[in-house]
Amino acid sequence: MSRARPLISSFAAGTIFALGLALGGMTQPAKVLAFLDVTGGAWDPSLALVMGGAILVHAPLYQLLARRRTAPALSPRFELPGQAPLTLPLIAGAAIFGVGWGLGGFCPGPALASVPTLSTEALTFVAAMTFGMLLNDGVSRRVRAHGGSTGAHVAPSRSATAHTAPSSTHLREDES
Amino acid sequence: MDHAAFTPWASLAGGALIGLSATLLLALNGRVAGISGIYGGALSAGSRSRSWRWAFVGGLFAGGALALLAAPQLFVLETDRAPWVIATAGVLVGLGTRLGNGCTSGHGVCGVSRFSRRSIAATVTFLATGALTVWLSRLAWST
Repeated sequence: MSRARPLISSFAAGTIFALGLALGGMTQPAKVLAFLDVTGGAWDPSLALVMGGAILVHAPLYQLLARRRTAPALSPRFELPGQAPLTLPLIAGAAIFGVGWGLGGFCPGPALASVPTLSTEALTFVAAMTFGMLLNDGVSRRVRAHGGSTGAHVAPSRSATAHTAPSSTHLREDES
Repeated sequence: MDHAAFTPWASLAGGALIGLSATLLLALNGRVAGISGIYGGALSAGSRSRSWRWAFVGGLFAGGALALLAAPQLFVLETDRAPWVIATAGVLVGLGTRLGNGCTSGHGVCGVSRFSRRSIAATVTFLATGALTVWLSRLAWST
């Protein structure tokens, strides 16, 4: 029974997340594009409030968790990325993601949350995004197998994170 | 600014729910609520512990379905963009989020909340290229 609890909590978190996305307006690509359209006459700052609202809630609670807790409630340890240096794949990846976001108005969360609508746009986007993710992971596996490094999997240093992460944190290589 | 389209309270409330979800996932499961990492990791053959990821994705579907039932007007997915544009956008988002190890939730919300230098840099980057892309496409589509 205890093995079900982390699955239930994860499912619950996903449900709340999707509700937040929909309420916030993220499931309306036109609204996202209107936010990114900073020079246009019809700029819509709503998205800034979505991200801002999320950070306003999460940031202080993260600090509390980091100070008060040595482990999560339903799992042996926190899985958090460390303070690794900036790398080219990070910036290049973010840049490419931004282009895709500006083209379609979708990012991963809202696209997945929109799947129940069975809209052609949402399904097309999710299928294409799945392909893009598998493509990257396939190439990066090949690069690593040949002894190279994508740079995205830099092992973080323990001491750099001691002040920001809970003590039992398992320092992960990738961000999420 | 488009005052008619601006939805300050709904957006703040939606954001707060996202922040709450991220906090729950961290406090209970010890995981970062970065959708690209969760979904990408679920797909990736090499990653351990995929069941909590699929549970989260299932939650995204459930939440989306709930929202659709309760307030279908929150979903406005029709677009004048051609299918090939949507597909290209999808591939770029999939590739970019995995290469960059995060997206708007992983970097923009969770990483920024931890004052992660990597996440702040990533967030500034994708906001910039996102804005640039919209600006360029408005130019291209109007000529």
